[in-house]
Amino acid sequence: MMRLRFHKSLDDLKEKLLVVAGMAEQSIQRAVEAYRTRDLSICDLVDRSELAINRMEREIDQMALDLLAMEQPMAIDLRFILAVIKINADVERVGDSAVNITERVRDLQAYPVADLPVDIPRMANLAAEMVRKALQSFIEADAKMAESVLSMDDSVDKLNETMHYALLNVMREQPQYTPQALNALVIARSLERVADHATNIAEDVIFWVQGFDVRHHMSVSDGTNG
Amino acid sequence: MGVGIEVSNLNAWYGTNHTLQDINLHIPANQATALIGPSGCGKSTFVRCLNRMHETNPIAKVTGSVHIGDIDIYNDASPVEIRRRIGMVFQRPNPFPTMSIYDNVASGLRLNGFRNRRALDEIVERSLKHAALFDEVKDDLKKKSGASLSGGQQQRLCIARALAVDPEVLLMDEPASALDPVSTAKIEDLIFQLKSQYTIVIVTHNMQQAARVAERTGFFLNGKLVEFDSTHKIFTNPGDKRTEDYITGRFG
Repeated sequence: MMRLRFHKSLDDLKEKLLVVAGMAEQSIQRAVEAYRTRDLSICDLVDRSELAINRMEREIDQMALDLLAMEQPMAIDLRFILAVIKINADVERVGDSAVNITERVRDLQAYPVADLPVDIPRMANLAAEMVRKALQSFIEADAKMAESVLSMDDSVDKLNETMHYALLNVMREQPQYTPQALNALVIARSLERVADHATNIAEDVIFWVQGFDVRHHMSVSDGTNG
Repeated sequence: MGVGIEVSNLNAWYGTNHTLQDINLHIPANQATALIGPSGCGKSTFVRCLNRMHETNPIAKVTGSVHIGDIDIYNDASPVEIRRRIGMVFQRPNPFPTMSIYDNVASGLRLNGFRNRRALDEIVERSLKHAALFDEVKDDLKKKSGASLSGGQQQRLCIARALAVDPEVLLMDEPASALDPVSTAKIEDLIFQLKSQYTIVIVTHNMQQAARVAERTGFFLNGKLVEFDSTHKIFTNPGDKRTEDYITGRFG
């Protein structure tokens, strides 16, 4: 009863998801690069990628739907397809976040460069690292690696909070920089969302590999698996 | 009402072939329990041990114990008594071809010496209703033969025949594998309804069917019970790698 064709389709599905995930991760890197350099041509690249990401999101969902309908997967295969559908949605949202950042970059063109007391590239690196690690755990079906992503989310949240107050301070004390600070605030918020999506992806990997639902701070030992 | 089944150290042989090895499990009352596994894994032999059909083969042997409710079926009762308490439905519907629908359902009771015609009428009607067949055949009960019905109807007739003797347990060996999807759905709905009154053990190759109808599922492989757990656990996150390999088609 070897289901070779079906398992080949699962491999294809995984490969396709990894391609689009790689594009989304690259978009985040590019968007932050655009912020750093104020280079609008990079913003255009991000916008073009977004169209491709959206198209692939639909294709992946269709592939997953077909496999559910035609193959009636069980156990780890069923969990895999559910995880793919959910990761697919998170990946697309990562792409959206990149576009949100480029919108801010375009808006910033109207204002002089301000020296803000926040390190956006550092936060971007952290968020991108989380996405990369979550995807690596998906490639390797490594639940331990996925768990390490979950613990990284706290540092991004803290960074976001710190930036929030620092930028609020700028708006109060140097109101002439309010537009720049506001845009930086939105970008930080977008990056914090990227980290949240990476966390979701890692949780889905754990569910796929181990069958445990660890969302909303449920741990494996809570015995959430009936 | 259904009763639980307790199986301890059950071993079975066909000649020198050790087809069931040290099976221990508890089948809960008033639930459907599905048994899955590849051909030749021992699941059919297992259900045939539950109503002492295995031993009807001259080269077959059984050791260990099976309790159906309070009764030790290998020591406390005759095979005939056991088979009255434990009905069985097979893969291919096997109504008695020359008998009418009515006589098919009444056959078990008549064999047991039941002669009260009025009571017999009531039991036949009730059994056909329980088997969700009555409305389709009520006008032809004594006119048509069991063999004149469609495959799905014949299978429900066989279920009605099994129910007529008021069993506590219903064993079903691939009851829907020879049926079309509509008839299969009817049998599955029926299994759902029958659970409240009977304990059901169903052998099936159709894993979706096991997932749909059974509360608990056992996976047999090479004569051993590899895993026995809630159906939900077996089909979403089985504990044994062999179970997972089988149900996901990575087996063989």
